[in-house]
Amino acid sequence: MSTEALRKSQGSLRAVAAEHPGGAIAAIVLGAIALAAVLAPLIAPQNPFDLASFDVLDASLPPSWLEASDERFLLGTDAQGRDLWSAILYGTRISLTVGLFAVAIQAAIGVPLGLLAGYAGGRVDTIVMRAADIQLSLSTLMMAIIALALFRAGLGGESLGRFAVPLLVVVIGLAEWPYLARTARAAAQVEAAKDYVRAARALGASTPGLMWRHILPNIASPLIVVATTQIAGAIMAEAALSFLGLGMPVTKPSLGTLIRSGYDLMFAGAWWITVIPGLVLIGMLVSINVLGDSLRDALDPRRMAG
Amino acid sequence: MLAILIVAFAVRASLGDPLREIMGEAVPEAERAELRHKLGLDAPWPVQLARYLGGAVRGDLGTSTIYKRPTLEIILAKFPASFELVLGASLIVLLLAVPAGIYCAVRPRALGARLILSLSVLGISIPVFLTGIFLITIFSVWLGWLPAFGRGETVRLGPWETGLLTRDGLAHLILPALTLSSIMLPLFIRLVRGAMLDELGHDYVRTALAKGASPLRVWLLHALRNALLPLAAVGGLQVGTLIAYTLLTETVFQWSGMGFLFLEAVTRADIPLITTYLVFVGLLFVVTNTLVDIVSLMLDPRVDLEGTR
Repeated sequence: MSTEALRKSQGSLRAVAAEHPGGAIAAIVLGAIALAAVLAPLIAPQNPFDLASFDVLDASLPPSWLEASDERFLLGTDAQGRDLWSAILYGTRISLTVGLFAVAIQAAIGVPLGLLAGYAGGRVDTIVMRAADIQLSLSTLMMAIIALALFRAGLGGESLGRFAVPLLVVVIGLAEWPYLARTARAAAQVEAAKDYVRAARALGASTPGLMWRHILPNIASPLIVVATTQIAGAIMAEAALSFLGLGMPVTKPSLGTLIRSGYDLMFAGAWWITVIPGLVLIGMLVSINVLGDSLRDALDPRRMAG
Repeated sequence: MLAILIVAFAVRASLGDPLREIMGEAVPEAERAELRHKLGLDAPWPVQLARYLGGAVRGDLGTSTIYKRPTLEIILAKFPASFELVLGASLIVLLLAVPAGIYCAVRPRALGARLILSLSVLGISIPVFLTGIFLITIFSVWLGWLPAFGRGETVRLGPWETGLLTRDGLAHLILPALTLSSIMLPLFIRLVRGAMLDELGHDYVRTALAKGASPLRVWLLHALRNALLPLAAVGGLQVGTLIAYTLLTETVFQWSGMGFLFLEAVTRADIPLITTYLVFVGLLFVVTNTLVDIVSLMLDPRVDLEGTR
């Protein structure tokens, strides 16, 4: 990776963190959330996906600092008697899984297409970018809603529930590839005109090899920045779909599902089932977006903050 | 448009057997075949497609299995609710995003501008349904100022059922419209700011300022006019997103609009209603994009609709 900024960020992480305190805090928060999500089976008091591990008699208990609570449940329980703290840990796990894998699919489609379009130019470029424009104009969330609604109407709620994670990953992944493709194209266009590319070609590098080994490493930093914000987008899309009842089922709640199921009870006074997962979700999304902004500033010093 | 109809038909044909829903399982095969013939379901698919398209041209998109009424009629009855929600939200976005965007562009280093931009990162990060839930918690549950659910009292103007003419209807509109606008606001503030920054760097702005025109006049009459152009184009691209967010907002506020109807159709597997909704949304999409093209044409005579420029 050639940019000086990136070398600087690798050389002295502390200096970069001092320059971007918001980004550093966001990275720490995010790291903590990710660690908690990965370790969920170890730290969660119960398995929220195992219907046998909780009891309906414990339903809708408030968090432990309120009256009438049960000390077994730190953050209270949901309408089915599930420990909310465990459910949030596992829900976060689902959010991050969907976010990461969906962006992996976006990258797998978008980056090669964008590279090709930017490097080859001409008709290939026109076709790829026109496809990207059409895809974007259809709006991800709308496409995902329609796709999952059709799956649900066709397969029924139960089988949708069983395949919810892979479906969400594929739907969100397929719908959002143009963002990475555009970024890759714009950066590849700039790189393709540079001398080192011509030199490599003169030395007999094949076109795929040239794109993969020479151009890709040099356009990595903008791609990383866009991929970061895309993860936030994918997590938000998952939450929105689950909230609509088109994503994760109540038996395997993600944050969106918890918010949804708590929302039905909010006016009965059980606000914690909605509000606590909601705050976790917002915290996660804000951290990712702030981190993305700081990464952009750190990797591209010419751009002003904001 | 034709493509949308064909997709709608494909969805319809591939999802479930309508006979099972009509007759139940315990009907002899002979009777089944007879009904299938009567309904035209034994015809090869091109013939069925032609019939579906023929019906669609006459405005017949099938009958809802939940409501037993023509699907188009049901959707049109719900359209005003969604339209008024979007209208309310768009007004809020226009009234707030344009001044805020201009301010951020002309005073990029002012504390206020930085604050607005930081808040807009926060705004982008909060999912629209959570905004709605928090607004309801604060204004309906804690303060009791505004109603949380439904459309309130409505007035019929011919086929159009409006909530804009009664106090109650307007009060019901405030929270949903605010919610829906909250997700578009950050985007539009950034767009206005970006477009204005571009324009302010041009020579004509400096010339106008140098010859002594008041800055406010230059910003609003000269620069904003040109900045609106990319804005209209990007705004047009947001239609699909807007429909999706409207769906979420309607769910949170139990606003009986099209999106709410669609989700009901999905949970109860009302295939004709689902397909008609998709056709209708597709149509909205085409219409809005055409309107955006026309608006760009009005804003900028150089735009060539053929795309040959």
